[in-house]
Amino acid sequence: MGSKSCSESTLERMEKEYSEWQEEYRKALKKMPERLNRFSTVSDLEVRPLYTPLDIKDMDFFEDIGFPGMFPYTRGVQGSMYRARLWTMRMFAGLGTAEDTNRRFHYLIDHGETGLSTAFDFPTLMGYDTDSQLARGECGKCGVAIDTLEDMERLFHNINLEQVTTSMTINPPASIIWAMYIANAENRGFSRKMLGGTIQNDCLKEFIAQKTLMLPPEPSLRLVTDTVEFGTREVPRWNTISISGYHIREAGSTAVQELAFTVYDGITYVEEGIKRGLDVDDFAGRLSFFWNSHVDFFEEIAKMRAGRRLWARIMRDRFKAKNPRSMLMRFHTQTAGCSLTAQEPYNNIIRTTTEALAAILGGTQSLHTNSLDEVYMIPSEEAVLIALRTQQILAEECGVTHVIDPLAGSYFVEALTNKMEEEAAEYIRKLDELGGMVAAIERDYPQMEIADAAYHFQQQVESGEKVIIGVNKYPSERPDLEFVLRIDDSLERGQIERLVRFREKRDKVKLQKAMDELRRRCEGPPCWENNVMPALIDAVRAGATEQECCDLYREVFGTYSDPGSF
Amino acid sequence: MGIIDQILAGEVRATARLLRDIDDQVSSSQTILRELYPYTGKAYVVGFTGSPGVGKSTLVDQLALRYRKEGKTVGILAVDPTSPFSGGAILGDRIRMQRHFLDSGVFIRSLATRGHFGGLTRSTNDMINVLDAMGKDVILVETVGVGQDEVEIAQSAHTTIVVTIPGMGDEIQAIKAGIMEIGSIFVVNKADREGSRKTVREIRNLVELGMRRREESNGWEPLIVETEAVKGRGIEDLFQGIEKHRDYLLANDRGQLDDVLQKRARNQLMEALRDEALKTIVGRLESRGVLIDDLVRKVVDKESDPYSVVQQVLAEELR
Amino acid sequence: MEKDRKLRILIAKPGLDGHDRGARVIARAFRDAGFEVVYTGCHQTPEQIVSTAIQEDVDMVGLSILSGAHTYSFPRIMELLRENRAEDITVIGGGIFPLEDIPKLKDVGIKEIFEPGAKLQDIIGWVRENVKPREAVSL
Ligand SMILES: Nc1nc2c(ncn2[C@@H]2O[C@H](COP(=O)(O)OP(=O)(O)O)[C@@H](O)[C@H]2O)c(=O)[nH]1
Ligand SMILES: [Mg+2]
Repeated sequence: MGSKSCSESTLERMEKEYSEWQEEYRKALKKMPERLNRFSTVSDLEVRPLYTPLDIKDMDFFEDIGFPGMFPYTRGVQGSMYRARLWTMRMFAGLGTAEDTNRRFHYLIDHGETGLSTAFDFPTLMGYDTDSQLARGECGKCGVAIDTLEDMERLFHNINLEQVTTSMTINPPASIIWAMYIANAENRGFSRKMLGGTIQNDCLKEFIAQKTLMLPPEPSLRLVTDTVEFGTREVPRWNTISISGYHIREAGSTAVQELAFTVYDGITYVEEGIKRGLDVDDFAGRLSFFWNSHVDFFEEIAKMRAGRRLWARIMRDRFKAKNPRSMLMRFHTQTAGCSLTAQEPYNNIIRTTTEALAAILGGTQSLHTNSLDEVYMIPSEEAVLIALRTQQILAEECGVTHVIDPLAGSYFVEALTNKMEEEAAEYIRKLDELGGMVAAIERDYPQMEIADAAYHFQQQVESGEKVIIGVNKYPSERPDLEFVLRIDDSLERGQIERLVRFREKRDKVKLQKAMDELRRRCEGPPCWENNVMPALIDAVRAGATEQECCDLYREVFGTYSDPGSF
Repeated sequence: MGIIDQILAGEVRATARLLRDIDDQVSSSQTILRELYPYTGKAYVVGFTGSPGVGKSTLVDQLALRYRKEGKTVGILAVDPTSPFSGGAILGDRIRMQRHFLDSGVFIRSLATRGHFGGLTRSTNDMINVLDAMGKDVILVETVGVGQDEVEIAQSAHTTIVVTIPGMGDEIQAIKAGIMEIGSIFVVNKADREGSRKTVREIRNLVELGMRRREESNGWEPLIVETEAVKGRGIEDLFQGIEKHRDYLLANDRGQLDDVLQKRARNQLMEALRDEALKTIVGRLESRGVLIDDLVRKVVDKESDPYSVVQQVLAEELR
Repeated sequence: MEKDRKLRILIAKPGLDGHDRGARVIARAFRDAGFEVVYTGCHQTPEQIVSTAIQEDVDMVGLSILSGAHTYSFPRIMELLRENRAEDITVIGGGIFPLEDIPKLKDVGIKEIFEPGAKLQDIIGWVRENVKPREAVSL
């Protein structure tokens, strides 16, 4: 490795023997040709038959690999990694009403889960109350319905919010849901200084991929920065943004695109924080990331290792961060929903297992493993338990957690890590040229790159170039799984009745006052005095529903729809 | 109720289906168009041209809203390109106009160029007439916005709006030959971006240059309006600008409106003539058992040349 | 000069989920198959979808949904098409649905359901086979 560890003469000999081997390989192929015309990763990155020290001869151990917990953090963000503490086993959960989800939380905790993760239903994600015309038929279907502070109380009933960390997957309305979380915690006597967890709060990837669209990019960024600023001052243990590649990947991007666009989103949030007047070292350490672990084992490991190095370098060189914590790319991982198949669903357990293993070898800080039935619906208890047990078996039976970054030094993994970083850096240059992420989004640039990749992949599946077992090879019918969960449509009526009763008993004057203050802050220039968070906490305490706050946002900031070019 | 009455009554389904027939060049649609023609001439037609992504659809959406506030009904025709490879198309302009989907006072139709050049489809003028006959007060037409030869819109619209964005001054310079001449109003959209004022200045220079050239034929000095369409900023100015241009056309002391109508009629007439003449000639040839393919063969085999073939055909068929 | 009529298809996403990967892929595939595709993006209400289908005079509507709200939106769309005397427009669905819902969706008039894993070529083939451009209007 590196010219330092490989002398000239060794290199010469290696090159010579490498060409000899190539000759051997060619001969062998004459007898029996390669199985495929082309070997490539699931992202269609071509890979060669063999990697050697020649592929990484320009690497410098200290500059590029180094030690865990030390710059450039390729090998992990902590010095001790899983020998001291395993990743947080955090299963994404949310279904039906707040009570239903609370029951699921307790079930998971009782079975050894170590962190909570909340999935909200689509009306909540889009900022509509359950009784909105637009929410018809959606209540509780893909997550829990949260309209009011009371719902939030029910959601976390009997859970110690100073002991457990909670992740909440919520984006445009993140500030409001977080305000409800804080208000509820304080009502129950917990201190905001002690609250730990994450709100996803990553509006940029919504424009790029997931399309939970509410406000135009600029005001969206302003609200995100409000939460960053508030967290920095008031809720110091909270991760205020989970900068997410997951959804970018689910939308069909390649691994490199996932890495590049997500890191660039991170760059944008840091720039916004600095514009707000914050010191980079005061808030960058609370930014966390969220990766998709897809089915291509080595590509994922390389992506995660490259991501850590890339981010560390950007934080040091581009933003001149001094505090090592600012340079850490800490991340959550979820196995790839889009790799699951409806056909032969039990095979999903195997896919999820290898994906989870990749995340572990990639050094994740927390992990959600998909359930085998997640392709149909919210997972059933039976399926979710298998998924949790998958993590526990990997953590405690297989020995893969004993040694830190065990794949470091693999010629292939290091070369692939380099490749990921180089190609991501190329995208980053391109995005700089386009004038940053917001300008790029308005031109549909990342969206188109992803759509092209998704279409390309689909065509490879059609032609059989990419294999999905049970789908385009050994195809089979989808079976009737007996334990698939069903959310009843009648739930909607119950939730609406509750909401109507809640609205009736509010103090109208107090509520109006709180909303007026929220509006005043939204209309004012972004700064600490106009930070929406304190006003939101007051507003939800006074009974404001999620949609009422969002409607106010929509009124003041306008709405947004996707450019939608092809 | 027959189709004519249905259209005149503003029936949406009937109108939509007729537009389809026109687009597909179904011959019966011509008969219907003929019947509808006396009922046309009331709508005011505004055209939007400019490169893809400058914000044409967003502006159309905003203006439609503004016209609705006046109580005017609106028809929208939005053109997107047909893929030259497959003949298919993805028509996405509607995405920007969602707020009007449930307003019965707004009718939106997405069109694909289907191989036609010039920014519109070959059916656009007929479609304008149908929307006019169905009672739409204002018809907003969005062109493809890809070519530099998108001047066709100026022959269809009363007011032609050329949309640009900051930093496009150079580009306009390069294409001014066509585009500069047709703009009744120039919009610098995305005025929230850097360089908006500069682009306004550049356009003003070009306009003044052009004015000197076209002085006597036309007394209108093109307006330049800055907008931020996504936020609705500048839309009132644009609306007023269109009204001003309309007043100018209607003032009628120099027959400006008549100019526009003549241009449009001539264009439509020439196109129809071309189509019909071709159809007639091909029909006559075929009735004599002469196939176009045979003529093509002759040219390919160098037995004859295209020019002589045409002379011969015309001499025989138009006797 | 009558030409072959081109198929016009609306690809719409009812419901509040924004997972438009499938909708975008199928829209492209239809374009590449020579169809004219009207694309209106995510978060469409049944009312908006039906109004668009009629104004655009499409022969088929392809609905893509992953949120589970199909139990409301699909029947509602069919009902609105009938109310507008536009039930001749073919409607198909794409997404993942509980197995027991599929016959119910067909009962309300959804012609075919395509699940993830369906081949684009098969979907295109199905459309060519089952959807014909409408007859011309007459005087
Ligand atoms: N920043 C900014 N973006 C705009 C403005 N007007 C439109 N856009 C965005 O530009 C993109 C293209 O707009 P669109 O109307 O589809 O353009 P068209 O291709 O010319 O029809 C969309 O993302 C719009 O949201 C504006 O005034 N300012
Ligand atoms: Mg457009």
